[in-house]
Amino acid sequence: MKYVLMFAEPPQYAEYLAAMSDEERQAAYDEVGRWFAENAARITHHVHLLPAHTATTMRKVDGHAEVTDGPFVEGKEIVTGFVEAEVADLDEALAMARSWPGCPVIEIRPADV
Amino acid sequence: MCDDVGRPHDELARVVRDHAGRLAASLVHLLGDFSAAEDLVQDAIETALRRWPVEGVPDRPDAWLFTVARNRGLDVLRRQARYREKLTQLQWPAREEPDDRLRLLFTCCHPALPRQAQVALTLRTICGLTTPQIAAAFLVPESTVAQRITRAKRKITDAAIPYRIPPDAELPERLNEVLTVVYLLYNEGYLSSTGDGAWSRRLAEDAEWLASSLVWTLPREPEVIGLLALIRLHQARACARFDAGGRIVLLPDQDRSRWDHAAIAEAGQLIARAAASGRPGPYQLQAAIVACHAEAPRWEDTDWAQIVVLYDMLLAVAPSPVTRLNRAIALRYHAGPEAAMKEVDALAEHLDRYPLLHATRAELLRALGAPEEAREADRRALDLTANPAQRAIIEDRISWTC
Repeated sequence: MKYVLMFAEPPQYAEYLAAMSDEERQAAYDEVGRWFAENAARITHHVHLLPAHTATTMRKVDGHAEVTDGPFVEGKEIVTGFVEAEVADLDEALAMARSWPGCPVIEIRPADV
Repeated sequence: MCDDVGRPHDELARVVRDHAGRLAASLVHLLGDFSAAEDLVQDAIETALRRWPVEGVPDRPDAWLFTVARNRGLDVLRRQARYREKLTQLQWPAREEPDDRLRLLFTCCHPALPRQAQVALTLRTICGLTTPQIAAAFLVPESTVAQRITRAKRKITDAAIPYRIPPDAELPERLNEVLTVVYLLYNEGYLSSTGDGAWSRRLAEDAEWLASSLVWTLPREPEVIGLLALIRLHQARACARFDAGGRIVLLPDQDRSRWDHAAIAEAGQLIARAAASGRPGPYQLQAAIVACHAEAPRWEDTDWAQIVVLYDMLLAVAPSPVTRLNRAIALRYHAGPEAAMKEVDALAEHLDRYPLLHATRAELLRALGAPEEAREADRRALDLTANPAQRAIIEDRISWTC
């Protein structure tokens, strides 16, 4: 079954990363790299998104489209990337998410394929 | 157990309950569809509840239920070929798989489902309660319960929540989820916030039954045994908890001859069996504390030193301000009211909205010779509690000491 793991960062996470020393930050990135290597057999697709300020939102209002810059301003947790994985069931997807060493919020949803 | 107070037992409901879980489990196992299997069982139970009182309970109630469920299923699913094929393969008794029902319980209590849905689904699917019964027990509208159950079942199917007992590595965490739900059911029944005696008793009995099924299937998990012991100990003393007028009788005033001493002794053996594994946990420790009370021949004989030690261990594995408050109450009888008061005062900030904190303060203030302040604390406790039994006790106390 195909699942999408959406990684989201709350505002505190950027502060947490910023507070790290260069070596600590590199170690954190390495951990993420290892996670991708360990799960390579399951991951069918991976997209990392550019920061939230690059986003453009189109909203349909009364039949016409309004384009604004940025994601919803009130958005507290911003999706920064996603992974598509082929696993047996939700428990396997949860186990993957549990070992994810990066940002603290992950939404897991089955993909309708 | 409580027949002496004239509570007729519903044997019919018991038969249905004992078989519903196993039936649902085998149907889910073979159909692979949670929702369809559960509907079939509900239908069969409703038919049984209608017909058994008229026609008598059949010799083999389980086989009867299974046949009704299967025939009904064949009617409903005739258009769906892949189910029909599977249904015709069904035989009763199903393959000997003692853990089918347990798998169902773990599915109902999956951490991806909200707690309230876990509780509702467990009651409905495994205990065989109807939606209106669950709604009555938890004082929520029927439509809310129905919605929770529908959403949860849809999520189980759509998100592919697996129907299985989790692997060993995940078992402790998942088992915790299951034990919490069983404990919640028991508390709801025992503390009876609804005020309806019949439903409360049913919930308490269902929780005891679930706990004993868990022990039967996972005989080496100390916390499972601990939970069963805890529930058995509370149940063993349940008869003496209320007076003829339905008022709570406090522990020091209870008639200990009415306790089920055989059940208390058995619970003691359960605790010893759990302790032999050398893995103490919150349920085992709570059971041990309740056992100290239950095994004392008189209130004056209570082993308070032991109880304080057990609370210290409990605080080490599961720290909580309510546990600290309970320890403070024990400390009063072990080290005196001053020592207890110091502890209670330290907790006042965390538990300001908790009625038992103020009721405890009132008792201690009275023991320390400050009746005015004690009355004030009792009034504060009264403002905070909605439970009618608790209110009655505090009101009594205020009027006595006026």
